[in-house]
Amino acid sequence: MERREFIKKTSGAIGLAVVSGLVGFEFHNRETAVYQPHIFKTGSFEVPPDNSLPSIALARNENHPAALNAALDAVGGIRRFIRPGERVTVKPNVGWDRLPKQGANTNPELVAEMVRLCLAAGAAEVIVTDITCNDARRTFLRSGIKEAAERAGARVILASEDDFVMTDLGGEILTVWPVLKYFIETDRFINMPITKQHSLSSCTIAMKNLYGILGGRRNQLHQQIDQSIVDLASFVRPTLTVVDVTRVMMRNGPQGGSVADINIENTVICSLDQVAADARACEFLGLKAENVGHITLAARTGLGNLDYNSIGYKEIMS
Amino acid sequence: MTIKTVRNLRRISQIIFFGIFFWLILKTNFEVNFSPTESGEIFLSYPVSIALELDPLTALATLLANGTIYKGLLWSLVVLIPTIFMGRFFCGWVCPLGTLNHWISEIPSERLKRKGRGKIESNRYKKYHRIKYYIFFVFIAAALAGSLQIGVLDPLSFLARSIGTVILPTAHIGANGLLGWVKSTGFAPLSAIAQFIYNILSPVFLTFRQAHFHTILTLGLMFIAVIVMNRIFTRFWCRGICPLGAMLGIFSRYAIFGLEKKASTCDGCQKCVLHCQGADNPDTGAKWHQPECVLCLNCQASCPTGSLKFKFFPNLEKTEGSPASTQRVDISRRKVLASTIGGLAMVPMFRAGDAFEINADSKLIRPPGSMAENEFLQRCIRCSQCMRVCPNNALHPTFMESGLEGIWTPILIAKIGYCEPTCTLCGQVCPTGAITELTQREKVGDNDTRPNRIGTAFINRGRCLPWAMATPCIVCEEWCPTSPKAIYLREETVIDSRGEEVKVKQPHIDPNLCTGCGACEYACPVSDKAAVYITAVGESRSVSNQILLQRRKNERRIQGEEI
Repeated sequence: MERREFIKKTSGAIGLAVVSGLVGFEFHNRETAVYQPHIFKTGSFEVPPDNSLPSIALARNENHPAALNAALDAVGGIRRFIRPGERVTVKPNVGWDRLPKQGANTNPELVAEMVRLCLAAGAAEVIVTDITCNDARRTFLRSGIKEAAERAGARVILASEDDFVMTDLGGEILTVWPVLKYFIETDRFINMPITKQHSLSSCTIAMKNLYGILGGRRNQLHQQIDQSIVDLASFVRPTLTVVDVTRVMMRNGPQGGSVADINIENTVICSLDQVAADARACEFLGLKAENVGHITLAARTGLGNLDYNSIGYKEIMS
Repeated sequence: MTIKTVRNLRRISQIIFFGIFFWLILKTNFEVNFSPTESGEIFLSYPVSIALELDPLTALATLLANGTIYKGLLWSLVVLIPTIFMGRFFCGWVCPLGTLNHWISEIPSERLKRKGRGKIESNRYKKYHRIKYYIFFVFIAAALAGSLQIGVLDPLSFLARSIGTVILPTAHIGANGLLGWVKSTGFAPLSAIAQFIYNILSPVFLTFRQAHFHTILTLGLMFIAVIVMNRIFTRFWCRGICPLGAMLGIFSRYAIFGLEKKASTCDGCQKCVLHCQGADNPDTGAKWHQPECVLCLNCQASCPTGSLKFKFFPNLEKTEGSPASTQRVDISRRKVLASTIGGLAMVPMFRAGDAFEINADSKLIRPPGSMAENEFLQRCIRCSQCMRVCPNNALHPTFMESGLEGIWTPILIAKIGYCEPTCTLCGQVCPTGAITELTQREKVGDNDTRPNRIGTAFINRGRCLPWAMATPCIVCEEWCPTSPKAIYLREETVIDSRGEEVKVKQPHIDPNLCTGCGACEYACPVSDKAAVYITAVGESRSVSNQILLQRRKNERRIQGEEI
């Protein structure tokens, strides 16, 4: 063996051995990076109270956008809630692959009118989004909400996995959960629920609609449904709650599937108080708020008033 | 037009048809931008199955198996009739798998650099080329006996299946992983570029949601095997395996177009053999096999002396220095007979097993509108179009759920996705009618029609929260899409571990109302093995696989109300 070859081979072997050893010792028992989510804590989008105005108003009109306008004007008009340049997120209930007439999702006419009003009030951008139960593409399509909201000028977002942020909800049982970022990284939050029967929570209206901001395994929330709803409602304080009571799902909720499940009420409720909104709307289902677990729990927690008359309640009948 | 121009036309044709095929598979997808119709019914905006409908083998085999040529399969005559006159132009000019094999085979390598005898020898007609004819006769005989097996090796089904259920879902995870890795480096300009590229490509190539498919490994391994074989033998699949190529070869029997050799001017350079795709012996001095020729025209284009010429009514006779060409496939009657008997015998052997009906898997849940199992197996070509188009990723290739006979046919796996009641896309894309095309009304049911059922749900009381764990949960009932709901609740008082009374609502199933859609199983919070699950029993398509003496019509709908 020549000297040159001897040096080449042995130095190569030693070098490889040293590198292997160094890598081994360097990484031995090294702690792998623990995923530290950036945790968000804000969830309040309320406007200051104004005792000269009613905090909840109900309007009945066969022309649904007119009913929305009447109820909204009674609580102070859109300019009380939206300032020029603000980003607004509108959260209708877009849960199920159903047609508007089946009354499982928020009335697209109302969503479109709300978008128009926000833009007219100078909103920089209006986002309409929700975490659907059924496939988001089908649900946004067949509910008519994508088309109506986009036509009105909104940006309709079908959430993807990257759109969630880990958020500390700070609740009794809901702590850190993935929340769709458009519900947090915004200036104003308008909750636009629909009124439906629900087998476990009796009704799904305003506060229950907030389930739709969550990702993850939200089908586990039903195990403590009242507290889950109240935790969510304590975290998210919407600027305004607009309850769609144009079509009320009396049975087979929250999906329905048949117009036989629907009562036509042609009513819209605007409220600054989530609890009061639920208390008033659940009457359309033949319920009393005192008998509905999550509404009474929310009132006891101090989220709002069961007695909607006490906060200035106004009805506008056309 | 010189021969080189024509060869370039062939190359362009290959690129275009491959592009169309790939694009159609991309479009076999639920797109966000569909416009709603008045009835809320959703239709695909493209005839995405047209490529599969051009397949004469599918048309012939389904005709033999069930006696009809379904919907668009008549288009296959567009391929078959010119083949009868021209030969296997489809393989060389159109077939996307042939094109892929061609490209992979021609990537430069040690093997191709070795331009000598080895390469020329491997491009000569070989006995293994006969295998494809045996496969063809076996499958055709099996079709005649009522079991459609051609989909396993039909090139268009094979490629659609490989792209739709293996390549694109794999690319999806791969692209996301790559993007995440680039971003994790923390190098901002690179991340921005990666994101930019991703944003451009993802709407075209990636689906709305990452798809996952059952038994992807068997499909992936087969695809890899087909691709890798090209590196050992040029177009191994096309030469040795492809039953469609075999069929087109057989139909070239009376072709009036072919290769004429002029031995007098040939200098014996054998460049023609070096570049031959079909391994059909284009050189003088060897017997040209028309059924093997894919009309790539490489031989004529590479011939320096102009001794080879494709023309109408060529002289195929023996000339001095060159034996006569043949238009017959190189297998004997005896072997045709043996293959046919083998194919015929295969089907009773399948059926003598237990996977068909006798001990059918309870999870053999076919897509909505599927035909009865016997007719289903006469039609399904395992192209996986239904799986790709399903918006819920509910449909999957089987592995052994329907036995070896039904490998890679579709089943619904509700844990991954349920059947959306108003969705009819799988029936829309099925090129052979294994899944019949339902209207929304036929699927959901109305006053006169029972809903289409794919199975029935059952509660596993040992795993169900209100039944076994004194814990409230109504998620299955909430998700049940029928109206009235097939899952109903009974409030019961149960005792928890501390001895306290708890009121829970326990779910029950009404088999009269259940359509087996699987939404309950999908939504059940007992996530690894759901406490409510569907099995195939009660499926509309079967006469025998039933529970109830008679299923009532939906009571509310009998009252004549609108859905």
